[in-house]
Amino acid sequence: MIGGLQWRALRTVAGKELRDRLRNRWILAVAVVLAAFALLIAYAGGAQSGTVGFRSIGVTVASLTSLAIYLVPLIALLLGFDAIVGERERGTLDLMLSMPLTRAELLLGKYLGLGAALVLATLIGFGAALVPLAAQLDAAGIRLYALFVASVIALGLSFLSLAMLVSVLVRDRARATGAAILLWFGFVLVFDLALLGALVATAGRHSSAWAPWALLLNPADVFRVFNAMSTETLRNAFGLGTLLPDAWGDPRVLGSVMVAWILAPLGVALWRFR
Amino acid sequence: MQHAIEVERVDKRFGAVQAVDGVSLSIPAGTTFGLVGHNGAGKSTLFKMMLGIEPVSAGQIRVHGTPVRGAAFRWLRQRIGYLPENVALYDNLSGLDTLRFFARLKAADARQCTDLLEQVGLAHAMKRPVREYSKGMRQRLGFAQALLGQPELLFLDEPTNGLDPQAIHDFYDTLAALKRAGATIVLSSHLLAEIQPHLDSLAILANGRVIAQGSVDSLAAASDLPSRARLHTRDADAARRIGQRLGDAGFPVITTADNVLTVSVARAHRTGLLPLLAESGAALVDVEIHPPTLEDLYLRQRHAGGHA
Repeated sequence: MIGGLQWRALRTVAGKELRDRLRNRWILAVAVVLAAFALLIAYAGGAQSGTVGFRSIGVTVASLTSLAIYLVPLIALLLGFDAIVGERERGTLDLMLSMPLTRAELLLGKYLGLGAALVLATLIGFGAALVPLAAQLDAAGIRLYALFVASVIALGLSFLSLAMLVSVLVRDRARATGAAILLWFGFVLVFDLALLGALVATAGRHSSAWAPWALLLNPADVFRVFNAMSTETLRNAFGLGTLLPDAWGDPRVLGSVMVAWILAPLGVALWRFR
Repeated sequence: MQHAIEVERVDKRFGAVQAVDGVSLSIPAGTTFGLVGHNGAGKSTLFKMMLGIEPVSAGQIRVHGTPVRGAAFRWLRQRIGYLPENVALYDNLSGLDTLRFFARLKAADARQCTDLLEQVGLAHAMKRPVREYSKGMRQRLGFAQALLGQPELLFLDEPTNGLDPQAIHDFYDTLAALKRAGATIVLSSHLLAEIQPHLDSLAILANGRVIAQGSVDSLAAASDLPSRARLHTRDADAARRIGQRLGDAGFPVITTADNVLTVSVARAHRTGLLPLLAESGAALVDVEIHPPTLEDLYLRQRHAGGHA
């Protein structure tokens, strides 16, 4: 028992979700998509500088960050948007709630199972991109790549938390689909444009005071900044060296923000579902 | 008498809609209790509140003395079986995997899954995915799920939906065996004639309120419902003559078809019918007396409540 939650109940619900994704080959499909994109981008990531081929780990991480920021939130939102509302619409929710199972265990069990599926697919997908680079990597390169993969997992889990919140709040799957797509557009596309618009509108006045903090309001931007700040080379490549607080160079600082982005929507979802 | 379920002045509101309005019920342990009512009467909502799925807006529900919300009730659910109306299961799982999944959630012995599938007649299809099951097969699988963990309390909402006559017969045999073993069964159905022989007592719901509660016999007596006598006569002419005579004596004829008369017999006048029939002599071939049915009772109560 963990904080009033029964491990057996959590494991049973999570196990079913994970087995479902293995059985319907969701994990395999996502892993193949991530691996294919990752290998392509790792190979062709430096094309704008006139060369192709596998280059340094720093360039590869920069290229993969740009890939992951679009793809992983979408995958996570599509994975979780109907976790609860789907059960309600299919009519299985009442039966589940009649079991010796609390609502918190049902929600968290689903989150753990779906999260495990997402983590597996990410590890396999981005693990494949590491293969051609393995021979060139030193300890620092391996650490950098491991941090990148960990941040991709955190990005995925934060959007999965948002998806669970959507799934609890809306009444039917159609609305949940719409809400998930809106969230993706909002966080991945619109937020940065709005921020840019605000900077232009204010002619950049006092922007150094508020703009970096505004980035923390978007888990996709936290992920981008986390990876951009992970090495001196990348910091300079992204042109962020002087714009962002130095403390953000410590992975624990932005890592904590990413964890907060996982826990906060999940906490609200738990509160609403009770 | 020990009560398995006690419902005290329970209300349930969904926004402006009052789904359940001041319902109080006591269901004795080890009996079969029926909840009957029109569509939208509040039966399923009451079921869900008794199971702790839906919170009550006001009032209190106790199952075996335990309030239905809270940690203690969670463990009690291991001994409760529930078959929802229009049961929905996971289409991608096989019948056996479905039962194993719910057995794990209920901490029930997984070895009973195959026995239960055999008991409900699904042994041959246990490895097939549920999406390939017919409606009746899904209903039987849902019933097997409700039986996991040898429940002491069963909630069955429209349990014979989609079942064939043999499966309905087997279903009620299983219920009888469970009742003999001491289980309490709460049953809801629109098929009043079908459930009547299996009920010890019932409550009739209309628009979220209990409009009558008790055994079928006691409610029929309280409602003063008449019995029906079907009289088979030698020929149509005899039927007409006997009908005329009974009508004059205060036994209204309900229908006449060829040589069969159906007569309404009020409780107070039952004995008065016999001498009149004896006088008919050889003109009368056979007599059937039908006491009031649950359907008669239901319609009377609904009518009395102004909902006919």
